[in-house]
Amino acid sequence: MRLSLLTAAALVIATAAGAQTPVTARPAGATLIKNATVLTVTKGKLENTDVLLQNGKIAQVGKNLSAPAGAQVIDATGKYLMPGIVDPHSHTMVDAINEGSLSVTSMVRIRDVLNPTDINIYRQLAGGVTTINILHGSANTIGGQNALVKLKYGRDVDAMLFPGAMPGIKFALGENVTQKNGQTAAQATGRPLRYPSTRMGQEEVLRDAFMRARDYKASWDDYNAKVAKGDKTVVAPDRDLELEPLVEVLEGKRFVHAHSYRGDEMLMLLNVAKEFGFTVKTLQHGLEGYKIASEIAQAGTGLSTFADEWSYKVEAYDAIPYNTAILLHHGVVATVNSDSDERARRLNIDAAKMMRYGGLTEEEALKTITYNGAVQMGVEKRVGSIEVGKDADVVIWSGDPLSVYSSAETTFIDGEIFFDIKRDQAMRDQMAKERASLEAADRRRVTPVVP
Amino acid sequence: MKLTQAFVGLREARDLFAITEILRSLRSLRMTFVVRMTFVLRMTFMMMGFASTANAQLGSFNPNPGPQGTFAIRGGHVYTVSGADIPNGIVLISGGKITAVGANVAIPAGAQVIDATGLSVYPGMIETGSSVGLSEIGQGVVATVDISEVGSFNPNAQAFYGIDPHSAHIGVARVAGITTVVSRPTGGIISGQAALMNLAGDTPPKMAVSPKLALVIDLPKSGFGGRGFARAAAQQGAPADANRVRQLQMDSLRTMLHDAEAYAKAHAAYAKDKSIPRPAHDVVLESMLPALNGQMPVIFPADRATDIRDAVAFAEEMKLKPIILGGLEAPSVAVFLKQHNVPVIVTAVMKLPSREDDPFDVNYSVPAKLAAAGVQFAISTGDKGSEIRTLPYNAGMAAAHGLSKSDALKSVTLWPAQIFGVGDRMGSLDVGKMANVVVTTGDILEAKTDTKYLFIDGRAVPLDNKHTQLNAIFKDRP
Repeated sequence: MRLSLLTAAALVIATAAGAQTPVTARPAGATLIKNATVLTVTKGKLENTDVLLQNGKIAQVGKNLSAPAGAQVIDATGKYLMPGIVDPHSHTMVDAINEGSLSVTSMVRIRDVLNPTDINIYRQLAGGVTTINILHGSANTIGGQNALVKLKYGRDVDAMLFPGAMPGIKFALGENVTQKNGQTAAQATGRPLRYPSTRMGQEEVLRDAFMRARDYKASWDDYNAKVAKGDKTVVAPDRDLELEPLVEVLEGKRFVHAHSYRGDEMLMLLNVAKEFGFTVKTLQHGLEGYKIASEIAQAGTGLSTFADEWSYKVEAYDAIPYNTAILLHHGVVATVNSDSDERARRLNIDAAKMMRYGGLTEEEALKTITYNGAVQMGVEKRVGSIEVGKDADVVIWSGDPLSVYSSAETTFIDGEIFFDIKRDQAMRDQMAKERASLEAADRRRVTPVVP
Repeated sequence: MKLTQAFVGLREARDLFAITEILRSLRSLRMTFVVRMTFVLRMTFMMMGFASTANAQLGSFNPNPGPQGTFAIRGGHVYTVSGADIPNGIVLISGGKITAVGANVAIPAGAQVIDATGLSVYPGMIETGSSVGLSEIGQGVVATVDISEVGSFNPNAQAFYGIDPHSAHIGVARVAGITTVVSRPTGGIISGQAALMNLAGDTPPKMAVSPKLALVIDLPKSGFGGRGFARAAAQQGAPADANRVRQLQMDSLRTMLHDAEAYAKAHAAYAKDKSIPRPAHDVVLESMLPALNGQMPVIFPADRATDIRDAVAFAEEMKLKPIILGGLEAPSVAVFLKQHNVPVIVTAVMKLPSREDDPFDVNYSVPAKLAAAGVQFAISTGDKGSEIRTLPYNAGMAAAHGLSKSDALKSVTLWPAQIFGVGDRMGSLDVGKMANVVVTTGDILEAKTDTKYLFIDGRAVPLDNKHTQLNAIFKDRP
């Protein structure tokens, strides 16, 4: 295999990143960040405040803290510090998005196709993102198992998985599942239509899957009960990798994150879930969530949406940027997500839009990209705000992160620096030199004529 | 029930959902039947009103602007863009024009005074990379997409005749402070003609600033980026074939432009000497003449450095006035662009870096690099319509990465106007210019900033749109 310039360059990046961050896991050294404007997100804005990161945690928050021996000290005068951004809907790192052959693919796991060298991880660190919820695509009524990941660029996947996070699964409703958008093309190319092709069929697929899962659970419960009574003759049921995750959903051991657009389809899912006795953890996208905000609140379900994307398909035509504010005011835990390698880099701007549309306060707006996302992923005790004892996932910004003129300068995860603007500058100078030397070494290269 | 059924005929069934929800909430309020029915009738007429003034199937509603009155915007921080800011200034509007700007301006009797104390006053922003009104719902609703004509050469396909003045995108974009757009057809090689449209008015003529603004030529791209058959051939692994097809396409394009030149000569000759045979009229060839004689600029979509150079070379060969649209790699040919005096509409700011080894901010900083090289440019979202309201944040992001704040503001106001030859008519708060004025709660490029007053063509524009309407209907739904 010929080593292309691109591959070589990617190696250079990986090497450079490897050089700046330790390859093996070890506790980070202490860092004292001095004199920042600290946006705690849960406990207000603290001016001229120091934050001490130690052993991967936020150790102290206060004025005039003293640095422990050996700690690096960062002067953040004039700068802002906020928790790392949590993106509840991401497809970064995935080498495959949908197992599209069936409409129930609960057996597949996104964790198996994660690429830890995806350059988009680094680009998102440069936008202050530290935790992402990686989901399958939306081709299937019941998609695959998701992965919550900390963006520890340069590590392997196992080191990036959020430790102890509750597992989850992606569901999907609406147009992407019925495949109406591409149906004409599908017919033209002879691709067979797949069931379900309507929202009616989607309800049936869900009900069918959970009835089977309930039966499956009953057969295991029967078996376990007999074993517990000392029955040594009973034969264990066959394992079913499709139904096991759904049993976990029924038992409250696995979150459901459901891609959905229209109010009516969300309501259908919430009712099916109620009937089967589980709670949908989040509605993803949920662009018409505002039309059924009180029902979502009653169900105890969260909703993660776009700041202002709309009109790209008919089920997105009634999307409004006031969605997040309406949901929050109805008591729904609402977040803004990216669903995009591009948008993930600037979720701070999307959060600021929520002040314009619906009048959120600065803190409410920041919560939509930090704390609320942590709640939706069940990790709010670990990340999402600046509080002593939480993971040291913090970001230093050049100015107010809710301003378009500000940018992330240093991004910490578990107390380690994974992005720093000065290191980046040094790294790109080094890469430019390496690139030039690689080009010089390529005898077949034709020097382009630049007028 | 009958009422409801009639209503379904007019609108999508899912808007019925909205109505039934309202009904349900009214029921819970224990209104009397009569009160309830009166309310429902009012709602229905209101919605039918939407349907009749608007796109009937899609149910959007952009309220019409008021008359061209005399307005005095007083007490705001005035960003003239062309000159110094005026803290606590006055902007006077009358008869569709800006009639005075300054700290000490006498307010004529009878003027409607707008108190802008604590607010900021800006010229309306101009989005030059859009197809507003030509594509409502991109995926799956093909009847709402009128953006590309059939065939490769459509110089007479005019965006002006395809723009739906009731597109919901219009009402949404203008409240973000975007008062004017360039809307262009896409596809083929000669895509058609772009129009310069104000985002107010219930008919295309009322919106139009310049219905025939620019020709759009999407040159066949070099190498693997070739269009149509060239691309197919390239995908089958035959770059030589791809280049040959591209050459054929370029030859057809040249032939067409030369035919138009010949056509013009024939008609000019006939005008002087009626004894020679009368040449036939040709709507297609005729539509290219303004571009060929340099009156009408030509928009060339081009992102890669080679394609940018090719477009400029082709324009010079054909004596066209080029504007590059896209400009992803424009910084690498900045010296060339400056030498040839070619402006760029940068749609690159929010694009992901195209190469893995590009710096993370390679595209955020495109405008700063062009500014440093002295290249004339404007910033655009490059979006068809629904997302053009994010224009200010594109400029803001450029400012976060090296562009000065004042240049960022110019890149979405005065500079796009100048690039399209209407810098004397809009793009800044100067006397005599079209009164496209936005009054905001703060810095117009900030995402948290809201619009308080909006004037387009000297008319007060209501800040209502599809989104505010849905918000009003549902925000307090119990």
